[in-house]
Amino acid sequence: MSASAQTEKLPRLRLPEALRYRLGVASRSVAAIVGGYVLAALATMLLSVCLPMVRVEAVMTATLASFAIYTCAVLWVFATGSALRAWLGLLIPCAIMAAILQSMDALSWSLA
Amino acid sequence: MKEGFRQSMAWLHTWSGLLVCWILLLVFCAGTASYYRAEITLWMQPELHAAASNTVSTEQAAATAQSAMQERAQGATRWFITLPGERNPALQLGWSKPSKPGEKKKGRRGNFHSEKADPSTGEVLSKPRETRGGEFLYRLHFDLHYMSALWARWIVGFCAMFMLVSIISGIVTHKRIFKDLFTFRPKKGQRSWLDAHNVAAVLPLPYHLMITYTGLVTLMFMYMPSGVTTAYKGDQDAFFSEAFPARAGEAKAAGVAAPLTPFAPLVRQAEQKWGAQVGLVSVNLPGDANATVTLRRAGGRDMSSKQPTMEFDGVSGKLLATYGDDPGGASSTHGVMVGLHIANFASPLLRALFFLSGLAGCAMVATGALLWAVKTRQKQAKALAAGKRPGFGLRLVEALNIGAIAGIPIAFGAYFWANRLLPAGLEERPKEEIACFFGAWALAAIVAQLRPTRAMWRLQLTVGAILLAGLPLLNVFTTQSHLGVTLFMGRGPVAVAAFDLVMLMLGLGLAYAAIKLKPLPARAAKAARPAVKADVTPDTAAGAA
Repeated sequence: MSASAQTEKLPRLRLPEALRYRLGVASRSVAAIVGGYVLAALATMLLSVCLPMVRVEAVMTATLASFAIYTCAVLWVFATGSALRAWLGLLIPCAIMAAILQSMDALSWSLA
Repeated sequence: MKEGFRQSMAWLHTWSGLLVCWILLLVFCAGTASYYRAEITLWMQPELHAAASNTVSTEQAAATAQSAMQERAQGATRWFITLPGERNPALQLGWSKPSKPGEKKKGRRGNFHSEKADPSTGEVLSKPRETRGGEFLYRLHFDLHYMSALWARWIVGFCAMFMLVSIISGIVTHKRIFKDLFTFRPKKGQRSWLDAHNVAAVLPLPYHLMITYTGLVTLMFMYMPSGVTTAYKGDQDAFFSEAFPARAGEAKAAGVAAPLTPFAPLVRQAEQKWGAQVGLVSVNLPGDANATVTLRRAGGRDMSSKQPTMEFDGVSGKLLATYGDDPGGASSTHGVMVGLHIANFASPLLRALFFLSGLAGCAMVATGALLWAVKTRQKQAKALAAGKRPGFGLRLVEALNIGAIAGIPIAFGAYFWANRLLPAGLEERPKEEIACFFGAWALAAIVAQLRPTRAMWRLQLTVGAILLAGLPLLNVFTTQSHLGVTLFMGRGPVAVAAFDLVMLMLGLGLAYAAIKLKPLPARAAKAARPAVKADVTPDTAAGAA
């Protein structure tokens, strides 16, 4: 094992540019369609139990707003700089909302 | 996606629009037609045209209905009576009987019987030919066909979400949305298509946004059930009985016979309270001591789809309960959004504007799809000029465009022609009419896939034009209520005349597009300008689609 081999950086895995682009688009598409839905669903749950209204009204309001939330999530996914940022931008708020719901003991019902 | 916000939104607009545009076009066309679904059904049942003009008060109609039902609906446990209104001159009587033990279930509507009756005499109207009429087009726009309604609704909802994303990102990409409204540069190839797309999309933009969002809202508890399940701990029924409290009583039969109270005083009482007509009378357990009569206000008084109801004791006629008099804010919002989508409140003028906006929506989807094809063809112009074949994606899109934009009018035309030409007594007639719709469309789409050329555009647009514009002529030979009678002699329902005229206009629009698409002169090939005219894409608006 020569010294030069040690200092030589490992060749980073470089995919061809076109393939990288396509994978990025595919990743964002999944993030937008699936991740966006999960985000919208969690926001709907949270609003349904947190809005200071009669229960039936809160549910109605939250569900009415859900498609706007979904749309904004999709726009974010495709507007942001990288696919990784897109995923993080979805997952972090999702995790926060899920944690709040969990602490209110409301999460399990939503998955039923 | 990398270059900046506006560019990434333009990319998103292109792809979210293109991927689902052909289904969206079908949904838009069928949905636009649904604004006139009662009129379309009337047109498709020429046997009813003669009776379609009379005026009877709702009170009198309710009394007539009651005696007719007592005669004909013996043994039924539920009655549904739709009283005549502005757009439906006949009484609609329906009843369901309990299935006998051991009897084979006859499907979802097996024990349900429905008929149309004269509101002044109660006599069944001369049995019209069987057809699904406008109801088929209405169902088509969210239930599709030849598949389970559940799957279809998810597919349509998925496409509607794409549409919503496409609209919003389309707005974001606009630098000068107001200026674009007044810009049209004809005969400039791609530029013209862009302008046409802008005008069709931006001018009725509030409508497009409204119709897409409210469309999702009509089925929102199916698409987004998580709020309900969370707040109600999985008990969906509890939510629905709170949110939509006017569900007819599920009282058990007492088993003791008792005469039904007369409807007319109940209708009078309700109309005094609401200051509006009663639209629907439903009776639970008629003839039993536990009978209830529920009256619902006719739509059209306000924008909401939710109408208040009153429930009466079916024997004494005493008021038992009222529902929906004072809905909450969110509930009203929901009702208005659904109401906006189905537009039952719309007066004739407003309805016509909705219809025109719907047509603009069709044009928006169609021009968007064409724009993609024209742009892509231009990108491949060098390769194409060198004699190469168009890429797979381009060829596919061009063929799908023909099959959808020129093919859907053919399908509609075939449906209406089949209604007039299939023998009136044919077995399973509604099914055959629908088979004609899809048969014609499939043929158009397949032929387009085989030869997606400019000549194919011309051919299919011409066929569509002949089918639609030929309908008034066909009417002359097959009915007594053609334009000659309705227009020149002033008899017969207005709706039938209007249908004929609208079809004529749409047919002429298609004919205009076909004529504009004359075969390319040879000079186009040697034209050195960069804005080469597309080989296969028509130059004129396909707005008639």
